[in-house]
Amino acid sequence: MLEQQFVNALSLGCVYALFALGFTLIFGVLGVINLAHGAVFMVGAYAALVVVANLGLPLWAALVAAMLVAGLLGAVIDRLVLKPLRRRNAPHLIPMIATIGVAIVLNNAAQAFFGAGNLRFPFGTVPEGVLTVAGLHVTVIELGIILLSFALMAVLMIVMRRTQFGRALRAIAESPKAAWLLGINVERLFLTTSFAAAALGGVAGVLIGLYANALYPLMGQPMLHKGIAVVILGGMGDIRGAMLGGLFLGFAEVLSVAYVGSTMRDAVAFGLLFLILLVRPQGLFGKVVQRKA
Amino acid sequence: MSGFEDFWAIYGNVVLTLGTNSLLALSIWLTLACGMLAMANAAFMGIGAYAAALLTMNYEASFPVALAGGMVAPALVAALIGLPTLRLSGVYLAMATLGFGEVVRVTILNTESLTGGALGLNGIPQLTQWWHVVLAVVLVLLVLWRVRRSKVGRAFDAIRGDETAAGLMGIDVRSTKMLAFVAGAAIAGLAGALNAHLTFFIGPGEYGFDRGVEILTMAILGGIGGLAGPVIGACILTVLPEALRGFSDFRLVVNGLILVLIVLFLPQGIWDPARFSRWLRKGGRRHA
Repeated sequence: MLEQQFVNALSLGCVYALFALGFTLIFGVLGVINLAHGAVFMVGAYAALVVVANLGLPLWAALVAAMLVAGLLGAVIDRLVLKPLRRRNAPHLIPMIATIGVAIVLNNAAQAFFGAGNLRFPFGTVPEGVLTVAGLHVTVIELGIILLSFALMAVLMIVMRRTQFGRALRAIAESPKAAWLLGINVERLFLTTSFAAAALGGVAGVLIGLYANALYPLMGQPMLHKGIAVVILGGMGDIRGAMLGGLFLGFAEVLSVAYVGSTMRDAVAFGLLFLILLVRPQGLFGKVVQRKA
Repeated sequence: MSGFEDFWAIYGNVVLTLGTNSLLALSIWLTLACGMLAMANAAFMGIGAYAAALLTMNYEASFPVALAGGMVAPALVAALIGLPTLRLSGVYLAMATLGFGEVVRVTILNTESLTGGALGLNGIPQLTQWWHVVLAVVLVLLVLWRVRRSKVGRAFDAIRGDETAAGLMGIDVRSTKMLAFVAGAAIAGLAGALNAHLTFFIGPGEYGFDRGVEILTMAILGGIGGLAGPVIGACILTVLPEALRGFSDFRLVVNGLILVLIVLFLPQGIWDPARFSRWLRKGGRRHA
């Protein structure tokens, strides 16, 4: 029984981690709390649904489409909203308020186009089979979620740690101005980061859409709240922290539903968050930023 | 006179919501003026609403007592959670207070015997008159206006500018912050109590994350450089969705677009005293 919960927790935690990665990437590099990330996640899910249900293409094409559509949306948000605000030296809360406006636009546009009700992926989008691995029952969806998430996380880690691009991103996270002086094209990297973060969010949207088999215009909002919890748990802007925080939240939720009761599920996530912030304000893995005079 | 009565029958609720939303925006203005991004105001509003509604429904308290209860309960809670949380700063304070808000919401959901759980509280007597709301807004504005010009108000400004420097100048940073936090909670609770006795029904969903973000948006959009800003922001966010009814399905899409445009072109908020004085000096020439 416990092992079975382990599988559920791992697949749920992986999706949380994917979502939180995009959120934390934007915060770490652009310094913006992107409250439109939940809406981008929702757009990714709907894009995949259109590709599968209306165009009749297979699931892998839908995943690619979701990444592209969500990624382009992220890039457009950066170009049209965040970049002008950077150029005007807007106070630090203003970009966050702007992303709230973007989220309102996207959520309600989805409602106007697709209706407020639940939509589903057509039957048979994912093979229905159940695999038995070492006595554990794993559905194809769960296995796919776990493998895909770990693959994407590994790619991101390698890019951040081993490539020139990743080094430049980490330099910008330290100080955009210093990075610019070193000859890094900061604006282009902001754009690429927005694309990559939104693409990760879009994939997470498809995976949750398949896992819960329900797409609705406001599906991004609960995810956004959890993503924030994850990012705080892991330390704002910390990529490794977002992964571990996501898995941690997945396990905390599944185990609390199994052993405490389903109504306490959200209380667990946010109660934990509240407690951890009181004890370790910088998050589980975050570093303390010392204020220098 | 009948013209006014027609107007009131249709838009009375919108006008009163303007008042309660202004109170909420002013409540978060108080903490923002002190340099704190605390986002628990929706939760404090909820605590105030439930406290006041339970007082009138279960204990047959008179309306002033219920309102007082609706202010004291969130203020007490704020004092309790303020002790540990106000050590945090910036985004971490925002997140901790948002987390606290979710804890409050889930607690209300899970105490069915007292709060009605997910079904909420039904049949709250409609005791709020229009002049209660007006009086509350005017009183709060007066008090805040006095505070701004007092020693405490200057301490707020100093802490917002530079916390360390303010401490070195002999300002008791911790208790000043605590004062702003607790007073903000009491104002939010007042808004909640008034609102609960206006709408007949309250439920836990009204006081969640989205409401917290909405309150912050009202204050920032209006501008936090003066008291007029939050009130203007509250008016825009309340009236805009009503004014855009003509767009039917795309009403809220347009609403969101307008928000983005305001933020893009007036990043300091709509009411920005610095901009006005710049206009006067430069003879009306725009300078961004």
